[in-house]
Amino acid sequence: MNVPENLKYTSDHEWVSVEGDIATVGVTDHAQGELTDVVFIELPEKGRHVEAGEAVAVVESVKAASEIYSPVTGSVTEGNSVAESDPALVNSDPYGDGWIFRVRIEDASELEDLIDADAYTDLIS
Amino acid sequence: MVPFGGWEMPIRYRSIIEEHEAVRSRAGVFDISHMGELRIRGAGAAAWLDRMLTNHVAGLEVGTGHYTFLLNDDGGVIDDLILYRVGDEEFFAVVNAAKVAEDVDWLRERIEEGVELDDRSEEFAAMAVQGPEAAAVYAAMTDGASLPERNGIEEHDGGRWLVCRTGYTGEDGFEFFCPAADGADWFRKAMAAGAVPCGLGARDTLRLEVCYPLNGSDLSPDRSPLEAGLGFFVALEKGEFTGREVLAAQKEEGLAERLAAIRCVAKGPPVRAGAPVLGADGEQLGVLTSGTLSPSLGIGIGMAYLPRRAAKPGTPVTIDVRGRPIAAEVVKKPFYKPR
Repeated sequence: MNVPENLKYTSDHEWVSVEGDIATVGVTDHAQGELTDVVFIELPEKGRHVEAGEAVAVVESVKAASEIYSPVTGSVTEGNSVAESDPALVNSDPYGDGWIFRVRIEDASELEDLIDADAYTDLIS
Repeated sequence: MVPFGGWEMPIRYRSIIEEHEAVRSRAGVFDISHMGELRIRGAGAAAWLDRMLTNHVAGLEVGTGHYTFLLNDDGGVIDDLILYRVGDEEFFAVVNAAKVAEDVDWLRERIEEGVELDDRSEEFAAMAVQGPEAAAVYAAMTDGASLPERNGIEEHDGGRWLVCRTGYTGEDGFEFFCPAADGADWFRKAMAAGAVPCGLGARDTLRLEVCYPLNGSDLSPDRSPLEAGLGFFVALEKGEFTGREVLAAQKEEGLAERLAAIRCVAKGPPVRAGAPVLGADGEQLGVLTSGTLSPSLGIGIGMAYLPRRAAKPGTPVTIDVRGRPIAAEVVKKPFYKPR
């Protein structure tokens, strides 16, 4: 199972990459493997204000819909429209082209609630 | 793995879409050991079954099977099943896993002198091999044998292997029943012969594309086979059977609602069972009894009981997916015609 060391994780199987005050969010390799066959992504609107832990996107496979939660409070700067038109990217490249949305972080201290790669690996093993 | 009718069953082995496509283009194998198997035999068995089930048992030739319904007194569906005639007065019925106990109780309460009903579900493992290459898989599994006729049933190995040319995917294929202890071996043989293992997820997308109903979703004790659009399997003229009066009245008076096939107009989220189906003025017409993203069509499909007027092909409807309106249209069944 691929769990990159340089990312942060949530117990809901999102990964978070932080650059400056922007958090990029996607679903982990483990999560895409459990979902399989992602066929639809519902993205949050640009500019939407979201709270940490709020459901902001939906990733759907043939069998089930899964909500994706924002790991931090802030405003949505972008949704991945490429993945929206090609949802299979979430399966083929979950940490790259299959990212879901970006949020401008308001309170960096919330990042301390995220877990590191070792802790996430423990969680899924 | 998920619980299903008292069994632990896989939703998928690899990917629902890959499994689905394997069945549509090559061949897949499903473990259907959860299905119930009943044996009904004895003098008068055929005549008794004709009073218990909707299809015309007297007209069923030995060595063939047909799809039929077990109805309650209100004409609602207790179970849908395939009845095979293996002898003049000997039958083999394949019923839904979750309904075995109810079917057996219902039938035993009404059984007649001379007729014997055995629940043999524990004895059998069962597999379905489906897809355009199913005949080749069969030949490889049997050292070159040919498949039985359509809807035919054959016994091999002194009755230890029962093969039927039936299925739940719309594709050519066969189902077979063997002693439970031999099941794993036969599953491996089917895989070795080129069939891709398929789970419940692909079974559901495949059957919905061809509008085969799922009992408990599209069929229920409150709905008759006529409302479900399955009158072809109801022989109203054959004489008395449980539920007949209600069905005859429905036919006479016309149906208030019918199970309609609904197809989304554009790509969008998968539509799922439970989603409201709305009319032009936003009024609720019904609720999806089944729904999925069709892997063959790449578009959302579903079925719902709709008022007769709205159940006509061409009627525009809206499916409410989490508050989001999805444009759809009532279409002719099936959604997909296998090649």
